Amino acid sequence: MDLVREVRNLIYKDLVLEWRQKYALSSMLLFVISTVFLCYMSFKLKTNAIEPITWNTLFWIIMLFTAFNTINKSFLQDKNGRQIYLFQLASPEAIILAKICYNILLMSTLSLVAYFIYTAFMGDVVQSVGQFLLAILMGSIGFSSSLTLMAGIASKSDNSAGLMAVLSFPIILPMIVLLIKLSKNAMDGLAFSASYDELSLLGGIDLIVIALSYILFPYLWKS
Amino acid sequence: MEKLNSFENLIRSAWWKVLGAGLLIYSFVFGLVGEVPRKAILNETIRNIYFHVPLWFAMMVLMIASAVFSLKYLSKGLEKHDFFAVSLAQVATVFGVLGFVTGAFWGNYTWGDPLPKDPKIIAVEVGLLIYAAYFVLRGSFEDGQKKARLSAIYNIFAFASFMPLVWILPRLTDSLHPGNGGNPAFGKYDMNNEMRMVFYPAIIGWILIGAWVSSLAYRYRILKTKLDENND
Repeated sequence: MDLVREVRNLIYKDLVLEWRQKYALSSMLLFVISTVFLCYMSFKLKTNAIEPITWNTLFWIIMLFTAFNTINKSFLQDKNGRQIYLFQLASPEAIILAKICYNILLMSTLSLVAYFIYTAFMGDVVQSVGQFLLAILMGSIGFSSSLTLMAGIASKSDNSAGLMAVLSFPIILPMIVLLIKLSKNAMDGLAFSASYDELSLLGGIDLIVIALSYILFPYLWKS
Repeated sequence: MEKLNSFENLIRSAWWKVLGAGLLIYSFVFGLVGEVPRKAILNETIRNIYFHVPLWFAMMVLMIASAVFSLKYLSKGLEKHDFFAVSLAQVATVFGVLGFVTGAFWGNYTWGDPLPKDPKIIAVEVGLLIYAAYFVLRGSFEDGQKKARLSAIYNIFAFASFMPLVWILPRLTDSLHPGNGGNPAFGKYDMNNEMRMVFYPAIIGWILIGAWVSSLAYRYRILKTKLDENND
């Protein structure tokens, strides 16, 4: 139970920190809003019509880059001195689990906001909103769990933002393909059972990735 | 002179290198002149099975070996394990490119398109991207230990996310490759015994040659670090 308590305290720490420096959160929100607005200007205003497949893909590309930008920060905001302090206080397993949970929270909030802004600007074409929200939740969990370790690796280099994109992109690709399929099913209003395959695969990938992060992060933390 | 363990002695011994080269020469000669069954559409391109499929097999074996050495590096922290991992990954990437090219040639004549829509082709493209990212990651660190540790972590992580991509996803969606999307697996090839006599040696031959080239790359790395140490 020690681990659970540690994780809870670390998540709380991250939440408080985020709340104290609101500029980080608001910069991410602004990023989402401006990208959606850019899409609105270049698609909706020009042609006034957007294919459902383009609608869907654009949404997930926006989500992907939001995730890159958001999760990239997760190890950078703890500067060197604080990292050494944390190193003595908490176990690395607790730290990575806390970071993943915190990123899931952050990403689901951001994606929800993004979804509402996106539908407001680009038109609502989703038939089964519940399923689409489930897809968003699965996406947030998947992005956070696989990108957190990558952010940890990238934070050790000087060019962390560039390296983060290079490292994460190929790893996240299969997940994105599955998510686009899942949300396409939701947009077409298919029965829930049509998406079982995608859901179980996504869940499986998430489990593998979280387990690997749990095992591998202690080695990263040491260096 | 440092003491060698049995594994390092095996790497230095010559018999398996000779065997690998011999098997490859055999599979090239008999693959090009041997009897093959005549099939509609496939015709003579069926001979590509001696090159495309074994290259793919050998790439998989080398990737698995590379991931194993990365694991070993993380648990023991010996520099040589990192050298093994990166050398094997390099050769696996070359084999991946070769497998991709032979597959594109084959697809051009049998499927009518060198790069048709196929999950396995996408999977190998993603795989090559992953290993390219691995080399970029290695290139972005100066410090040897940091580089070795971080790239070992990435190698294991990438390997574990690449495997479901290439083994599970193609089986769920429609694929042109045999053994995927409801297509039966190896039985589909309907290889007769004559073909098997070339196919299996070709697999072993490519794996051994891959191991040989990796061991050369490994020894080059060792020599290079020793030279750099002497120069400093």
